[in-house]
Amino acid sequence: MAEYKLTTPLVDEDVDKLRIGDRVMLSGVIYTARDAAHKRMVEGLDKGTPLPFDIKGTLVYYVGPSPTKPGNVIGSAGPTTAYRMDPFAPRLMEIGMKGMIAKGKRSDEVKAAMQKHKVVYLGATGGAAALIAKCIKKCDIIAYEDLGPEAVRRLEVEDMPLIVVSDCHGGDLYVEGRAQYEVK
Amino acid sequence: MRTVNAKEVVDPLADMIKNASYRLGGDMLEAFDLALRKESSEAGKEVIRQLQENARIAREECVPYCQDTGFAVIFAEMGQDLHVEGNLTDAINEGVRKAYTEGYLRKSILNDPIQRKNTGDNTPSVIHYSIVPGDKLKLSFGAKGGGSENMSKQAMLKPADGLEGVKKFVVETVSTGAVNACPPLVVGVGIGGTFEMSCILSKKAAMRSPGSSNPDPFYADLEKELAESCNKLGVGPMGLGGNVTVLGVNIETYPCHLVALPVAVNINCHADRHGEIVL
Repeated sequence: MAEYKLTTPLVDEDVDKLRIGDRVMLSGVIYTARDAAHKRMVEGLDKGTPLPFDIKGTLVYYVGPSPTKPGNVIGSAGPTTAYRMDPFAPRLMEIGMKGMIAKGKRSDEVKAAMQKHKVVYLGATGGAAALIAKCIKKCDIIAYEDLGPEAVRRLEVEDMPLIVVSDCHGGDLYVEGRAQYEVK
Repeated sequence: MRTVNAKEVVDPLADMIKNASYRLGGDMLEAFDLALRKESSEAGKEVIRQLQENARIAREECVPYCQDTGFAVIFAEMGQDLHVEGNLTDAINEGVRKAYTEGYLRKSILNDPIQRKNTGDNTPSVIHYSIVPGDKLKLSFGAKGGGSENMSKQAMLKPADGLEGVKKFVVETVSTGAVNACPPLVVGVGIGGTFEMSCILSKKAAMRSPGSSNPDPFYADLEKELAESCNKLGVGPMGLGGNVTVLGVNIETYPCHLVALPVAVNINCHADRHGEIVL
């Protein structure tokens, strides 16, 4: 299992080399979106409204942070469970999203779309929300402010610790990692 | 008859909730130490080390351990010789409101399951009242995260399914749900009672420390056996593969009807935040 330092925006070659179990320290600009924001973005695309940010080469982090304490960049900011975004993710891959950061299983449709569009799914440690917040150096709400914790934020991250859970070659660490340790 | 004013619960409750949200309990930290010794997968060990570091940062900086600071679930045990002046339910919700607003905790509660508008202050809480002997008021709090709650299940088993049926249901629920519920988990199991009682028992069980045991040796042994079975599933910390899927399985029981065998499994994540106050 390799370890990579990656900086956004990502290109196909960055994603192509990643395999499940690899560690990634991610730096650069990423965007946050979860349930309500995904619904609004995809409904907008269907009506011809562009996304509120340039998604090409970027990664979307599924997170709804806690409120920011005065003096801090952001509140606690761990990943939310990904399957609720499964119906929307392939649409974002079609227009250039290169990765998703979250936790929990993805659907077969999402994994197939990841192979087709060369996209990586990176796992962050669920609940390690105070630790992850330390890697976020800048945070600006850029759209859907009315959604509160679900508003779209532009984040600048530095060495965010992640693990490749599903790669663009069909690998799924949740399946293979478990098989390795299951006692029948 | 002792008398207290309902408003007296507001500040101590708010302080306890903030404290529980920032400082993971010593029982959970001990469970992490044990888990780190037991875990053999490298990815699993790394996850547990991150959880330990996360707990340290949250504690030292007074920020939430997890951004999902949960639904405030409260078991209120009211002594029958205590008289509360004023509206206790309102006072409990005021304590919750104060904690979530002043403590920079996330507000995750919606006014209606279909219309889905955020209430803005994390109220109302879910309160389970019971009357007990004595003249004290005990409020036990759990911050229940939504992701793990979604992986919980209830079944009305046939009496013929028996102990084996209960074991199978618990392990299957953990097997399918663990990966989405932020393992290592604390699993609460309620067996017996009626349909709704089994669920309330499972919640009580999920709020118990992972290192605690049912006072009945039969169920204490069953808790250990179920924890071992769950840990053979291979799910591991954060589902990356490993031998620590659960930190503990806790069981609470109640008598049941002769035609019934209700069983409920309430899944709690590693952010098992709980605390209590006594007035």
